[in-house]
Amino acid sequence: MTVGGPLTRLLLGSPGGLVLVVVTLAAAVLVPVLHLTQPPGSPFFVPTWLVSLLGKYLCYALLALAVDLIWGFCGILSLGHGAFFALGGYAMGMHLMRQVGDRGVYGHPVLPDFMVFLNWNELPWYWLGFDSFPFAMLMVLLVPGALAFVFGFLAFRSRVSGVYFSIISQAMTFALMLAFFRSDMGFGGNNGLTDFKELLGFDLQAVETRLGLFSASCVALALGYLVSRFIVTSRLGKVLVAVRDAESRTRFIGYRVEYYKLFVFVVSAMMAGVAGALYVPQVGIINPSEFAPAFSIEVVVWVAVGGRGTLYGAALGAGLVNYGKTYLTAAMPEVWLFALGALFILVTLFLPKGIVGTLGGMGDRFRRPAAERRAIALRAAEGQRAAE
Amino acid sequence: MATVHARPEVHDTILYLDGVTVSFDGFKALNNLSFYVLAGELRAIIGPNGAGKTTMMDVVTGKTRPATGSVLFNGGVDLTRLDEARIANLGIGRKFQKPTVFESHTVWDNLELALAGSRNVFNALFFRLKPSQRDRIEQVLETVSLAAARNTLAGALSHGQKQWLEIGMLLMQDPELLLVDEPAAGMTDAETAQTAELLKGIAKTHSVVVVEHDMVFVKALESRVTVLHEGSVLAEGSMEHVQNDPRVIEVYLGR
Repeated sequence: MTVGGPLTRLLLGSPGGLVLVVVTLAAAVLVPVLHLTQPPGSPFFVPTWLVSLLGKYLCYALLALAVDLIWGFCGILSLGHGAFFALGGYAMGMHLMRQVGDRGVYGHPVLPDFMVFLNWNELPWYWLGFDSFPFAMLMVLLVPGALAFVFGFLAFRSRVSGVYFSIISQAMTFALMLAFFRSDMGFGGNNGLTDFKELLGFDLQAVETRLGLFSASCVALALGYLVSRFIVTSRLGKVLVAVRDAESRTRFIGYRVEYYKLFVFVVSAMMAGVAGALYVPQVGIINPSEFAPAFSIEVVVWVAVGGRGTLYGAALGAGLVNYGKTYLTAAMPEVWLFALGALFILVTLFLPKGIVGTLGGMGDRFRRPAAERRAIALRAAEGQRAAE
Repeated sequence: MATVHARPEVHDTILYLDGVTVSFDGFKALNNLSFYVLAGELRAIIGPNGAGKTTMMDVVTGKTRPATGSVLFNGGVDLTRLDEARIANLGIGRKFQKPTVFESHTVWDNLELALAGSRNVFNALFFRLKPSQRDRIEQVLETVSLAAARNTLAGALSHGQKQWLEIGMLLMQDPELLLVDEPAAGMTDAETAQTAELLKGIAKTHSVVVVEHDMVFVKALESRVTVLHEGSVLAEGSMEHVQNDPRVIEVYLGR
């Protein structure tokens, strides 16, 4: 039973989520303030490299949130969510390329360098409009959303689910990777899009711009969380969990399961697109490797580590695993992939609910009165007897 | 099966199966099955394993499409052309053999999800319970004796309680026709008796078709009985009538 107004429902129902929103919004303000006011020697100074690194983690956290929304709450395990992230990234990258103008190596007033290099004479039709920031932002949402809609419509209508869905989602991102590797696709081939200059007139190399992008990523993560939380706490969210637990039962009480799946899949793809769009200006490049199946699998590992079906746990998992990756790839580069694999196995075996789920479960055990625990155990035992 | 009964007018029936055949790799799970259920009737369907009872329910609820035959609901709509969600929204509810409830939802949320009304995605996003709907859930909680367990997760309920919760969800749907598959399976004697009372109560305001193995339970329903055998109707009538039918005794009751 949900009680109270929408705000209580969104924030107070999940203390961990409240912490996530407060911390990200506080960071959105504090990190730039500290960077600009503290002298470089001060313990409170946030160096530029750390701002960029954290900004990247925030984008990953938003992507993990998108995956948790469909996997944790509706049981749709997408092993191709990197595709939506990359498409959002490419949409942003195309805008940034158009912003370069005639400052490219070849100095062409309209064409990006790689097109001049390919001896193209004019902009392909699908690059038109990307010089406009609002148009590009719309595409950041619409392109991943449209792909998710078509892909999801076909898959869910044919009742493709479980491992079959995971495999075709993986095939989708792999196919896109191969397509984007081709130079004549018009997206820069295997070099991708890079050498960006500015965004909305701000120099991308300037510290202030980086701080701005960092804050924008914080706000995007908080908003993404609130949107997801709004969905999962609504009746629609209850239907999603019902589909996860007993899909045919949900159909037999009259829900068009495929429409519910499609809705949440499209929302999730759009969130992934936004994450990609914020990621690209912060790392300065987008290339087809973002479509790599291994990346999409890595995202699922983040969610599993943090705690599936908790939303904030997914964000936490993305942060922790990527911190581990940053550390290990610097200290022992050859170990990272083994560590990632081992992590996934260990989490599946020993922390099936992830970090957040396990810690939360322990909290419940302490809070729940002993009498109620006994009653639950008794009912479970009765159920077993009856089933025998 | 006209020998068993004179056929009624189609418009008096809630469910009218006509020549329904379903085969799985040559095996005919339903073989030219025809029978009807009158509006407002409580009907028990019995038969040995493999008689086609569950397949018949699958056909009516849209899970399985028959090779031939038609299934008319309320004297008009042919259900064999529709999918599960459409059929459910027309007013047919189904209870599975194995209790299937939403285990990670509370008893209350299970009932709320089954609440009759719009199944539209966007309405669901902004849905809020009306006081009348709240009362309706309370009422059903009482009917299925789960009022005290309203905030319990359905996964933590006993087997019998899950069966009742599922019946409660059917009531929330408020269908015209309820299909109930082995409601007494795995229940204690006391629970079985209570379930029979519950279904008889429901049958006062709904048409109910019960598939059951448990003869004590079927007797307690005091309803008309249809005996299925090898995918067709073997006999139909009161419990005494079918119990004394020599063919029924041979294939089923006698053993």
